[in-house]
Amino acid sequence: MTAIEYIVGLSGLLVSALFIYGLKGMSSPVTAVKGIVTAGWGMAFVVAVCFLQAFEVPEDVLPHLPVNLGLAVLALALGGLWAGWRGRTVEMTAMPQMVALYNGMGGGSAAAVAAIALMKHDGGTPLHLGVTVTGALIGCISLTGSLIAWAKLDGRMPNPIRFSGQKVFNGIVFIVTLALGLMTVVTQVQGTPGGDLFALLFFAGALLFGICMTAPIGGADMPVVISLYNTFTGLAVGLEGYVMSNPALMIAGMVVGAAGTLLTLLMAKAMNRSLSNVLFSNFGATSAQAAAGPHGEMKSVDPGDAATTMRYASSVIIIPGYGLAVAQAQQKLYEFVKMLQASGVDVKFAIHPVAGRMPGHMNVLLAEAGVPYDMIYDMDDINDSFATTDVALVIGANDVVNPSARTDKSSPIYGMPILNADQAKQVFVIKRGQGTGYSGVQNPLFFAKNTSMVFGDAQAVLSKMVETLKSLGTN
Amino acid sequence: MLTSMTFIIALYIFMLAAFTGYVVISRVPSILHTPLMSGSNFIHGIVVVGALTALFSATNVMEQVVGFLGVLLGAGNVMGGYVVTDRMLAMFRPSTKKPAQAATDKKTAS
Repeated sequence: MTAIEYIVGLSGLLVSALFIYGLKGMSSPVTAVKGIVTAGWGMAFVVAVCFLQAFEVPEDVLPHLPVNLGLAVLALALGGLWAGWRGRTVEMTAMPQMVALYNGMGGGSAAAVAAIALMKHDGGTPLHLGVTVTGALIGCISLTGSLIAWAKLDGRMPNPIRFSGQKVFNGIVFIVTLALGLMTVVTQVQGTPGGDLFALLFFAGALLFGICMTAPIGGADMPVVISLYNTFTGLAVGLEGYVMSNPALMIAGMVVGAAGTLLTLLMAKAMNRSLSNVLFSNFGATSAQAAAGPHGEMKSVDPGDAATTMRYASSVIIIPGYGLAVAQAQQKLYEFVKMLQASGVDVKFAIHPVAGRMPGHMNVLLAEAGVPYDMIYDMDDINDSFATTDVALVIGANDVVNPSARTDKSSPIYGMPILNADQAKQVFVIKRGQGTGYSGVQNPLFFAKNTSMVFGDAQAVLSKMVETLKSLGTN
Repeated sequence: MLTSMTFIIALYIFMLAAFTGYVVISRVPSILHTPLMSGSNFIHGIVVVGALTALFSATNVMEQVVGFLGVLLGAGNVMGGYVVTDRMLAMFRPSTKKPAQAATDKKTAS
């Protein structure tokens, strides 16, 4: 090994350690910032060290080296500046699609690495080529799949896109792509001409399959899909790390792959769906007939009266849903909460695992509004407290507080873990109208004896509640 | 012989990394799952190093184009993942004026 190979290798070792240290910092909000900054320095260092390799390129590359270096610097600058600018300016509500987009870029990068490895025709064992092609397949799926997820969440394309025979069509695309990948490996091993054509078609097929696989999945399932593609990119990076004999890529990729798998399964579990159910079933299309549900009177109450009740309650648990963020009412909500606290009310936030558009999204939206994280509780930590709570305030959430998930076996959401809002002494639900949640299931909670509906836009309702509290004073 | 040995070593690395990832991530509270996802997103952005290595050794226009795209996408992955993670984590604050707050301030300041 040359000196530069040693330096590059050791820097990879260092950065792998820093990445794991950085991720470990995420186990608490207190250490998380330090963790990501540490990992960031590690990344900057390893990218800088990577340029040392330019001193040791083979003879045949030397004439091209100036152009290659120029392109490298230009690509780093363009990609980094664009993504950095978008990352600084993106709205927190749009974070899921942004994460999907960045993730897809990583998958594309891994696929590009594989493409160059194949173009080099270095021979290589069938095993080596097989890993290259597998990484390319996963990376390509992640690239186009994430792009579709981004477009759907960003409201740029209709969703879901479904047609009859779709599953068969997708299956054929996948099998043809696999066959093309196999042919790519075989032709490369044997050195027969025409291998490049197979490789080209293989990449086209893999990119197409990413689109086909994601198109029929509905927007509400996108959190699972984003998490899944995060896993895919991790695996693709890990595999290409093996192809390039770069253990840092292998470790970083596989750590992310394992982490992503865990998150994906957690997410699917919280939605009461198996992963295959998310990917291969047309949820939503089947559940329309369940919309009949319970009948009865919804009681409605004036925002001012609801606010007064909460002001004189001793404990309030707030259950925010994505509807809160749609109404841009997080700030107003926290203002209301601070006034309740000033009056001596014990206020907590209860977050369902699927609140928002990706795991933990609602926590970010509340944090943005200034809500301290020690007021925010997970479903498992708070669910037993509802029975001893005076008021549960549900804002822009529906399915996650639907009691029929516990009792009604015919309900499409039966078995989904829910927040026990119905057990509170009094329940207020702030809601725009009388419609159902994304699952199309009617919610018996809204008809319960201890529930009062506060109809209206969350922003407007909360403004009225704040005014009421102001007029009541803090004692 | 040599190649099969490296492949076995690669499997060892993959196995250990997978366990590391699983153990480290299962300790992350669900409150931080979004930053965790964008943070792990940032970490697989190290693929940009692979793309750079590939681009450096490009010998024709096609390889240069694909390498350029690879680095471009990889750089976007790294930078975007880092910026959004950092932005989100900076928003997580505990309740005010507790001893814990002082500790956080010290940590974020350094």
